[in-house]
Amino acid sequence: MSDIKYDVAIVGAGPAGLSAAIVLAKAGVNVIVVERGRFPGAKNVMGGVFYTDCMKGIVEEFPNGAPVERHIIEQRMWMIDDESYVGFGHKNAKFDKEPYNCHTVLRAQFDKWLAKQATDAGALIVNKTVVTEPIMEDGKVVGIKTGRPEGDIKANCVIVADGVNSLMAKSLGFRAKLKKESVALAVKEIIGLDEKVINDRFNVTGSQGVTIEMTGSLFKGAEAMAFLYTNKKSVSLGVGMIIEDMMKHNINPNELIESLKKHPAISPLIAGGETKEYLAHMIPEGGYNDMPQLVGDGVMITGDAATMVNAVHREGSNLAITSGKLAAQTYLEAAEEGDFSSAALSSYIDKLQESFVMSDLKKYKALPKLLQKNRQLLDKYPKLMNDAAFELLTVDGISKQEKQKHIWKNMKQQIGFTNMLKDLYKIWRSVG
Amino acid sequence: MHILVFVKQVPDASQVRVNYETGTLIREGVPAILNPFEEHAVEEAVRLKNEYGGKVTIITMGPPQASEALKQCLSRGADKAYLLSDRIFAGSDTLATSYALYEGARKIVDLEGDVDLFFAGKQAIDGDTAQTGPGIATRFNLPLITYLIKIDELNLEEKYVIATRLTEFGQETIKAPIPVFFTVEESLNILSHSPLPYLIKAEKAEIELLSGKNVPLDKEQCGLKHSPTMVKKAFTPEKRQRGATLSGTFDDVVSQTADKIAPFLKKVS
Repeated sequence: MSDIKYDVAIVGAGPAGLSAAIVLAKAGVNVIVVERGRFPGAKNVMGGVFYTDCMKGIVEEFPNGAPVERHIIEQRMWMIDDESYVGFGHKNAKFDKEPYNCHTVLRAQFDKWLAKQATDAGALIVNKTVVTEPIMEDGKVVGIKTGRPEGDIKANCVIVADGVNSLMAKSLGFRAKLKKESVALAVKEIIGLDEKVINDRFNVTGSQGVTIEMTGSLFKGAEAMAFLYTNKKSVSLGVGMIIEDMMKHNINPNELIESLKKHPAISPLIAGGETKEYLAHMIPEGGYNDMPQLVGDGVMITGDAATMVNAVHREGSNLAITSGKLAAQTYLEAAEEGDFSSAALSSYIDKLQESFVMSDLKKYKALPKLLQKNRQLLDKYPKLMNDAAFELLTVDGISKQEKQKHIWKNMKQQIGFTNMLKDLYKIWRSVG
Repeated sequence: MHILVFVKQVPDASQVRVNYETGTLIREGVPAILNPFEEHAVEEAVRLKNEYGGKVTIITMGPPQASEALKQCLSRGADKAYLLSDRIFAGSDTLATSYALYEGARKIVDLEGDVDLFFAGKQAIDGDTAQTGPGIATRFNLPLITYLIKIDELNLEEKYVIATRLTEFGQETIKAPIPVFFTVEESLNILSHSPLPYLIKAEKAEIELLSGKNVPLDKEQCGLKHSPTMVKKAFTPEKRQRGATLSGTFDDVVSQTADKIAPFLKKVS
């Protein structure tokens, strides 16, 4: 059998890999995408919100023809403890005008659609095939090895988009093993509900939708992040926790999502629903400081494989899409000169620096470490907020001034005045 | 050598659940797969092709999405795939289906040449009837070897095959002339890990379409109207009970087990 040779080999058919494939195929490049799942989307998991702006950069007519669920007109943010929440929300008529800011999607369908855009443009996608390592020649990447017989693919350039647990980034030596303190495990259920029930419970009509982001201590006092997104006929309910915390508090993911489903603010929203799907995935939360080497001779790393997740704004897919697009554009420029050395491909990093991807990741680069070392920011404060709100809003014959004094005293006892000032300063330093 | 394999796309029966309140099947979200017996039929066909030379052609009858199952056959190494699809076939039972596939196969003989070996799964996991394969073989007036577990010898010059089939009581080894029709068991072979070039070829391949437009059909033998099968009764199987857990010392458990199975053994004998 003769050699299999393509201009570009892309590892992984997620948002990053498929975006790169679409841009390249549209430019007439001979491109192959290798996916380990049964079909693109079979193994892909996220909360479920896709942003319109970055998708339009790949598929201009988006969201026309795409399997989107609801457009989001209201975003709620809750600080939770195990039996209450203090919330903040933003609903805006501007979010109800096209082009919509973002939509909820179900990945199994959405990724199939995105893959079809790639194959329609001329890319070839091969499923059920694991890419094990790069093919190296004189220290340069010249292709990929797959787990199949006669499975070598030669290419001018390899775009790595194989997700959080990137085998490729590891075997290239671009990054060390994942660290349990900077990776979260998220579990999610897709819970089926009648369309009308969802509209009534979330105060929306038509294709309008709502997201709820939650943070705080939900179970055994450990810091968790959770979300609820409305789809057409289901809601996506999920919760994540840093793996190190799960180990420390001896929590399994099942307990976590069950406690979320029983939470008094959540259970009425999902009452009567039936779980349709159960999913779990790792999220690289390490941010900028955890990023691997992004470019080598004949290779670029994109998306989750490059730790491109903005943990503060819960964004990952739009960073993945944008990085895939920028890697593709870098290839197109490099192809003009026929030079795929790391020096030529380093303009990929420049492009990332100029885009929101690096600037957002840099902005919050200190945060993952800060939160690692200062867990009170995410478990004690939400609890204090909830206690304070409860005390302030309970009428029991105690004067408001007295209540405020007590709340203040309680906070000082729990955390301490200087510590509070320090925390404020640290947060301001890392997000300001 | 030309091998023709009949395949069917079926719902993944292991993922179909029963709604015990309404007594209906929950089909929503159940993925469609290639009937597992036919995956082994394709595997065997490709293995024989690689050993003796020739080509493997696939045919299925079904809606347009059945081409997914055909792609899967191509990625196992088959050379060409035909989708027989027409509204006229809607509601076909095994009699009407075997007629339609017979006509489709005759068309393939016209286009691709005579067939030496015909393969199908022993049955489809959704219907479990095991009638369609034998129905096609009968229409072609071919020797039929059902429940195939081994091809012992294939002699293309003298045009015979020696093959072993599974019976209720053991095994039978049969000599039959070629062309011959097999329906196969899963134990016929172990599925191989397909080489990457097969997968690439499958992704690039075009599925050939057959319908009433290019296949001469007797409409009096097609579809629901001409399917004499009647469903006499449908019932919900009893919910499977959890198995009992026995506890105690080893000897205790052994004697408890013996007490429990003794009545069954008496009944059987």
